Parts: sequence; C-alpha cells; structure tokens
Amino acid sequence: MTAPGAAESGGDWWGTEDVCVKFGDTLALDRVWFRAEPGRVSAVVGGDGAGRTTLLRCLAGALAPASGRVRRPARMATGYMSAGSGVYPDLSVTENLAFRATAYRVPPQQARERSAELLARAGLDRVGDRLAGQLSGGMRQKLGVIAAMLHRPDLLVLDEPTTGVDPVSRADLWWLIARAAAGGAAVVLATSYLDEAERAQDVLVLDAGTVLASGTAEQIVAAMPGTLTITSERPAGDAGRRAWRREGRWRVWDPAGLDTEGAVAPGSRDVVMPDLQDAVTVAILARELALVPAGQESR
Amino acid sequence: MWAMIVKEFRQLRRDRRTLAMMIVMPVVLLIVFGYAASFDVTTIPTVAAGPEAGQVAHLVGEPFHVTATEPAQGRAWAEQQLRDGNAAVAVVTGSGRPQVLIDGSQLFTAKAAIAELSAAAAKAAVNGPAGGQASQPGSQPQPVVTVLYNPELNTSDIMIPGLAGVVLVFVGTIITSLGVVRERQSGTLEQLAVMPLKPRDVFLGKIVPYFAVAALDLAIVVGLGVGLFGVPFRGSLAVFALGAVLFLFVTLGIGVLISSVSENQGQAIQLAFMVTLPQVLLSGLIFPLSSIAVGVRWISYLLPLTYFNEISRGVMLRAEPLTSLWQPFLLLALLGVVVFTLASLRFRADLAPAAPRRGSGTPRGPESARGAPTATSAAGTPSARSAG
Repeated sequence: MTAPGAAESGGDWWGTEDVCVKFGDTLALDRVWFRAEPGRVSAVVGGDGAGRTTLLRCLAGALAPASGRVRRPARMATGYMSAGSGVYPDLSVTENLAFRATAYRVPPQQARERSAELLARAGLDRVGDRLAGQLSGGMRQKLGVIAAMLHRPDLLVLDEPTTGVDPVSRADLWWLIARAAAGGAAVVLATSYLDEAERAQDVLVLDAGTVLASGTAEQIVAAMPGTLTITSERPAGDAGRRAWRREGRWRVWDPAGLDTEGAVAPGSRDVVMPDLQDAVTVAILARELALVPAGQESR
Repeated sequence: MWAMIVKEFRQLRRDRRTLAMMIVMPVVLLIVFGYAASFDVTTIPTVAAGPEAGQVAHLVGEPFHVTATEPAQGRAWAEQQLRDGNAAVAVVTGSGRPQVLIDGSQLFTAKAAIAELSAAAAKAAVNGPAGGQASQPGSQPQPVVTVLYNPELNTSDIMIPGLAGVVLVFVGTIITSLGVVRERQSGTLEQLAVMPLKPRDVFLGKIVPYFAVAALDLAIVVGLGVGLFGVPFRGSLAVFALGAVLFLFVTLGIGVLISSVSENQGQAIQLAFMVTLPQVLLSGLIFPLSSIAVGVRWISYLLPLTYFNEISRGVMLRAEPLTSLWQPFLLLALLGVVVFTLASLRFRADLAPAAPRRGSGTPRGPESARGAPTATSAAGTPSARSAG
C-alpha cells in the first residue's frame, strides 16, 4: 500500500486520488480525484484561487500533498510548464531548448530535429537566437510549451499556457497541445478561458479546492441542473442572486425549472441551451448559494 | 506625492528584513566596527634567541611581549618564528650588537615596533641605556633592526593578498546568492525541481561556473598585484591554490545558503552585504586582529576571510609552508564543511517537492502563490460572472 501523499507510477492513467493540500489553515485542495488519460487533453478550470495551479504542481511533482495519492510517471517522462512559461529569460530560444534536451537526455540529433520542427510550427524558427526575455508574452508561452514537450513526455502538465496570448498564438499553442496528445501524452492544462476548455476532451471544474464537476464538456453541460433563461434586466428578489451578466444580457438560473416568482415576467425571458461556461458558472453559483443562505450574501 | 509616501511606508512596514536593516543594523554595525576600528598596537609578540635571550624580556619592556626565549637558538630559528607567524618581532642576541628582526607583513605592528625602538634609541642617546641602567653606560649597544618580508613597509604588499580574498568574497557570496535566488524569482527553480536532475547535480552545476569565474578573478587579482604593484609571491603556488579552493568552498556555500533563505534578490543582497562587510572590516585585512577589542574579536574567528588572509599573506609574503599554516587551513576546512552542509541541505529542501508550509497562506514562488486559495471564490463573484 502506498503511503499518503506518495506518488505512484504505472497504469494507463495519471492523476490524483483523494488528494488534500493545506497551506496553513487553508485547504487548497480538498479530496480531489482527477484522472488524465494518455492521448487526451484535460482542462482544469476554475476561478482565481480555485486550486488549479496547486493541482498541477502536485501532478508535476513540485508539491507534496498532505494526504491522498498522486499517480504520475517518472520525472524523465513528465513535462511541466509552470505559470509564467518557466524558461530562462537570459538564455536564447535555442539555448533554453538545448538545456531541456540535455537535462532530459534527448539525443542531440533528435533534439535538434524536434526543436526545429516545433519551433517552425509555432512560428519561432526565426527567433532562435533571441533571448527568451526579449520575446513577446505569447512567444514565450509557446517556447515554454515546446520546452515542456520536447522530450515526448507521457504526462504533459501546462499551467495556463494560453493566458495573455493573442488568438493567432493561441492557435499555435493548441496545435502544439494537440500534437503532444496525438503523440500519446496525457495533457493536463489549467485555463481560465472556458471557451478554450471546451476544446479539451475532459474538463475538471474546481472551486475553492473542491471538484464541482468533471467529465467531458458535454457531460458537464448535460448534468447542469435546472434551466437557464436570458433577459435584458437583472431580475429582482431571490432570482437576482442566481443571475449573471454575459454578452450584454442577464442569464438567470432556476434550479428547479422555470422561475415563476422573479420580478421579471416569465414571458420576457428566453430559455437558452447552456454551454460549458454557463454550466461552470451554475456549478460555482450553486455552491455559493448553498454556503450563503438567502439574505446573508454580501453582494 | 503623499500617496507615494504612504505607499512606501506600507511596503516598508511589511518588509521586516529591510526595516531591520535600516534601523537595527546601523546601530549594531557602529558598535561592532567602533570597537574594531583601531590601528593602535598595544602588544607586540616577541621572541628572543641567543645566549642573552633570557634578558631580552627585561630590556625591551612594553609593548613588546616576549612569548618564547631560546638561548640555544640563533637567527635561523628567529626567522622561522616570524615566518610562521608566531611573533612579530624577534631579538637575536650574541656576539656584537643584538639583531632585531621585524615581520613587515604585519604592517601596523611592524610600524609600532620600529617607532618604539626608535623612541628607545633616542631616549638612550640622551639618558643612557633603556631601563635606567645609567651605571653601565654603553653596555647595551643599539640593535641592528631588519624588517623582513616587507622591508619597505609597503601597504600594497599586505593589502593585495587580502584584497584577493575580498574579491573572492564578492564573487562567491554576492554573485552566487543572486544567481540562485534569480531561479526562484523567475519560477525556474520549480522547473528544476521537477526535472530529472539530482539535487546534487543542480547544486554543483549551479556553483561550478561561479567557482571557475572566482578562480579566474583570483588569478587576475594576484597577477596584477605581482605584475603591477610588485607584490612578492615567495611561497608555494600550490599551497596558495589549496587555500583559495577551500576559501571559495566556504564563500560559495555562504552564497547558496543566503539564496536559500531569501525570497528575492533584494533580500539576498541585504544578507550578502551583512556577511561581506564584517569580513572586510573584522578579518584583519584593514585593522590588525590584535587591535580589535576582545569582545568583538571572536567574530573575526568565525569569518573565513580571517583565515584566508593568514594563508595568502603567509604564502605570498613570508613563504610559509603548509605545515605552519595547518591551523587556518583546518579552520577554513571546518567552516567549509559546516557551511556547505547547511547550504546543500537547504538547497535540497528547495528542490524537493514542497510540502505546504505551516502558518503560511501562500507557498513560495510566483506560480504557487497564484494557486493559493483566497477566502472567496473569485470565479463565483458577481464581477467575474458579469464580466462575460
């Protein structure tokens, strides 16, 4: 039997089993179960402080959990990009990759070929001599992803690879991510963009260190309880606590079905089909409402 | 401007280490260095050789303090005592005028000895021999004074061997501490922690380049000292190199140790400064160790530069062999083992999967801090939801 907090390898999936992480008195991860399978991209979503980075650090082996088990491959078969790209700003693009290749014992010829291919596909082939610190944010993120996947890891852990990246670079990054998954890696990435999470095969929704939902985006959407309506004005009363603004209009969640007690007449609302963003918002909202009884909310 | 002032005070209040540096350190430094900053030589360790060695203590008086007398020995023994640092002055008695040998590598002590001897000679010329022995005029001929190892009493001759150590302190301590803490600040230390590298490899890989640069610096400084300033290099290059390697071992270890207890480069520089300044002022480089107040002098014996000074001056100026320098070598090695062990343990802990620290709301490092939870769920706040 493996001791609590220990890492295991082997098997056909990587992830966490009942993992808890505490920072002082704060529970950063509360009994988190997570599974990343080879050849699939898993997105970990949640707001700031949800525990995404903590979970990724556990997976990568940078953080030891207080309890539970982490299943991950050997270090040699794990690739990790910490938030902020994790590359050396005072090394050039090619020097950064050469360092990674040497550390992961990638044969020089193979490292050169793979670096050249990935850099070319990511549009970085013309900046090979430029210092990483002189790259734009998006270019640096791409370099971070390439460095993390250079040695063809079995588990690729990417912390917010697309944050602050322009749409073109984001497309490049997703090509790299898909390429890693196609090569058989289990890719786990944290993101705050829910539209982007929909591109992943699996999604884990975290909030305040707990798992709110997991599965494919479709499964999470299908599991959303109640109905969602859209209106131009925020409803008054209790319904207002279940409303949020999106794309210029108000979305109102009714846990039990169509809300008939709201201040806005039911006829003025349209029932909408929720997407992942709605489902995640509802999951977080449901948790908040369960924690904060009506009339005690601070908003 | 008021907003800026308030902001700065708030930031300063939270940066306890800087605050302590600004308020407590000046007081501590003033007291320590106030007691240390003295060129006054009150005691001059002296040995005597030759048939009348036993009378030397009676004749020379203060501030000469005779520590050993060897009536059966001669000048060779006396020179060896000076070379090995056992005394600053040696008196050789025998037929003819007594010979006084002075160790010029102990600059201030040598100057004090010459001044005392000159004063005594002047007094004797006016009043008769020292000690008021007017009943035996002319029975004490004036000694022949010879300054060894630094006959011209050049300041550069004694400073440059010591400055070589200061250069190593700067490179070894300050630059190394910045190099490692920079990894932490940029988030690459965590990247290293998950890579298939042994902590020992990372540790050695990190310091070997600094070691090489520091060794090159040392060679340049010593080369310039010898070539440009004419400082003699009389001893064994191998002994000097061994001392330098040991000394670098300690200073690089201190650098890594500082970086492992510093959150950022600013803190690392502060700590490195606190370690470096005492080495410059208390190691005997500027003020003679014997002139430093006893209450402060114990600090000198904890500083690696103190021992490197002994080695570099001993080898370069007095051609001291390894056998007579065993004490500073041993102490330097002991310091090296202690510091290096602490540094490697701290470094290993830095690279191990971090267990969340008790009592800290956020773990160290930029990315980990972002992962720490806050009291509220930001994603669930109205602002976050309405922003879409």
